[in-house]
Amino acid sequence: MGALGLKRDSVLELQRLSHVYVNEKGASLAVENIDLTVSRGQFVSLVGPSGCGKTTVLSLLAGLFPPTKGRVLLSGERVQGPSPKVGYMLQQDYLFPWRTIRDNAAVGLEISGRKTRSSMEAVDALLEEVGLPGAGHRFPHELSGGMRQRVALARTLATDPEVLLLDEPFSALDLHIKLQLEDLVDQTLKRLCKTAVLVTHDLAEAAAMSDRVIVLGRNPGRIRCELAVPDEIRLASPMNARKLPGFQELFERLWSELDAQDEEGGESDGGQ
Amino acid sequence: MEDNDRNRSDDEEELANVSGIREDRRDWMNELHVRFKQRELRLTTAVIATQIVLLALFVGLWEFAGRRKWIDPLLFSYPTKLLDQLWRTMADGSIWPHVGVTVSETVAGFALGTLLGTLIAAALWWFPFLSRVFDPYLVVLNSMPKVALGPIFIVGLGPGFMSIVAVTLSVTVIITTINIYNRFREIDSGYVKVVRLFGATRSQLFRLVILPGSFPVIISTLKVNVGLAWVGVIVGEFLVAKLGLGYLIIYGFQVFNFTLVLSSLIVIAVVATIMYQLVSALERKLTAGWRER
Repeated sequence: MGALGLKRDSVLELQRLSHVYVNEKGASLAVENIDLTVSRGQFVSLVGPSGCGKTTVLSLLAGLFPPTKGRVLLSGERVQGPSPKVGYMLQQDYLFPWRTIRDNAAVGLEISGRKTRSSMEAVDALLEEVGLPGAGHRFPHELSGGMRQRVALARTLATDPEVLLLDEPFSALDLHIKLQLEDLVDQTLKRLCKTAVLVTHDLAEAAAMSDRVIVLGRNPGRIRCELAVPDEIRLASPMNARKLPGFQELFERLWSELDAQDEEGGESDGGQ
Repeated sequence: MEDNDRNRSDDEEELANVSGIREDRRDWMNELHVRFKQRELRLTTAVIATQIVLLALFVGLWEFAGRRKWIDPLLFSYPTKLLDQLWRTMADGSIWPHVGVTVSETVAGFALGTLLGTLIAAALWWFPFLSRVFDPYLVVLNSMPKVALGPIFIVGLGPGFMSIVAVTLSVTVIITTINIYNRFREIDSGYVKVVRLFGATRSQLFRLVILPGSFPVIISTLKVNVGLAWVGVIVGEFLVAKLGLGYLIIYGFQVFNFTLVLSSLIVIAVVATIMYQLVSALERKLTAGWRER
């Protein structure tokens, strides 16, 4: 990953981040005191048991709502709300059934008022890159689940975001297609030198795709520990990474971290 | 990509087959298809034939019973008398002004009703405070028989086109508002999230997601409103009009000319069906390519 040359150039920064959800039933603490720095070009995964606030962290990064306490910084500036600088990929594709593939991929450009002839050409090129040449004039219902998620990737990349937030984008797909898409996303992000944060349940996916894996604990959500992925696995494509000798060991370390915290329950004060 | 893989395995299978076997398979599958289509055609024919026979039986029995005076021809008339009446009024042109007035009132009623209902629904969506305030009022208004307001419209707007359209609106607007507003709120939050993440404003959210996502419901509400508007217009004409098919019906009652009443009803049935079919054609045209997942 060439971008690591420009190391310690932090793109994303979370400072003492806490978030409380409030509704009629009461207030619940979703995440507490999260500190995290992501450098340019890095791929960071967040894993953890359900209810550990992974998606909350991602929503806060995207600026969907402001944190109750603490700050989110994007390239040194405080995140005030959603912006085209941050791309977000959801678990489902949510392509608009009334728009063609091309118009779906361009929806971000349209919203930020950047839809021009040249940007539409870029969208066509992007669709070709994600493996859908000539599909621009078809409608979402004509495409399979994997193809639709490729369109969602193109839609996310079309606005040229600095950071990509991936909210379990592969979890609804068949294993075979999931592996193909992991490779595609990995390749694309590396080539464009994008920074990415992935939330996932799938430990193998986290290990195969990331530079760093952050393990979160629950009740409330907090950072439990962080694993650095060895260089050879980091640099290999996700598909090949799974075949490397060190992979199994990394997977088991992750597994035991999650297991350990299940036994501890929510009592430990966590963090490192 | 995954589809390519699937195609590839099909190709391999085809290569492995001797061409003769493949043709056999195609013939066999074609035959299955042809047989399926024949079965469908036979069923459709049977349905249409039964429909025609039922109609002919009904009309024939009516005619026979009327002529034989089994039923009172003054009250129930009979088909040839109705046709004669229709033919005469069409030939001398006296029926067309009535049809024209009623059709224009109905079109104005369902078009305005749908438009107004959609606008109110949009306002409720835009200002959630408003929707909470008006929710109980809408429920009460919806269950109230609004046709009963007819006399007030007539006094307020004068007897004529305006008050009849107002009666029609009173029938259509509330239910349209409720249906469309509910659809606005039911739009999958995932779609909303997609555009919000791109930093969309509230008006962009409405224009790009909420409105197009509710389009099929708006069109189907339009279809329901065609039926409701006919009720509003005929009741309105009962109350005030000097012209229109509803007026012909009420006039027929007053002079005890039931042939006029029934022939007007037949005209209404025909015109309403044509209108409904036109709106259905519009629906098919506007929602082409649009399909839910």
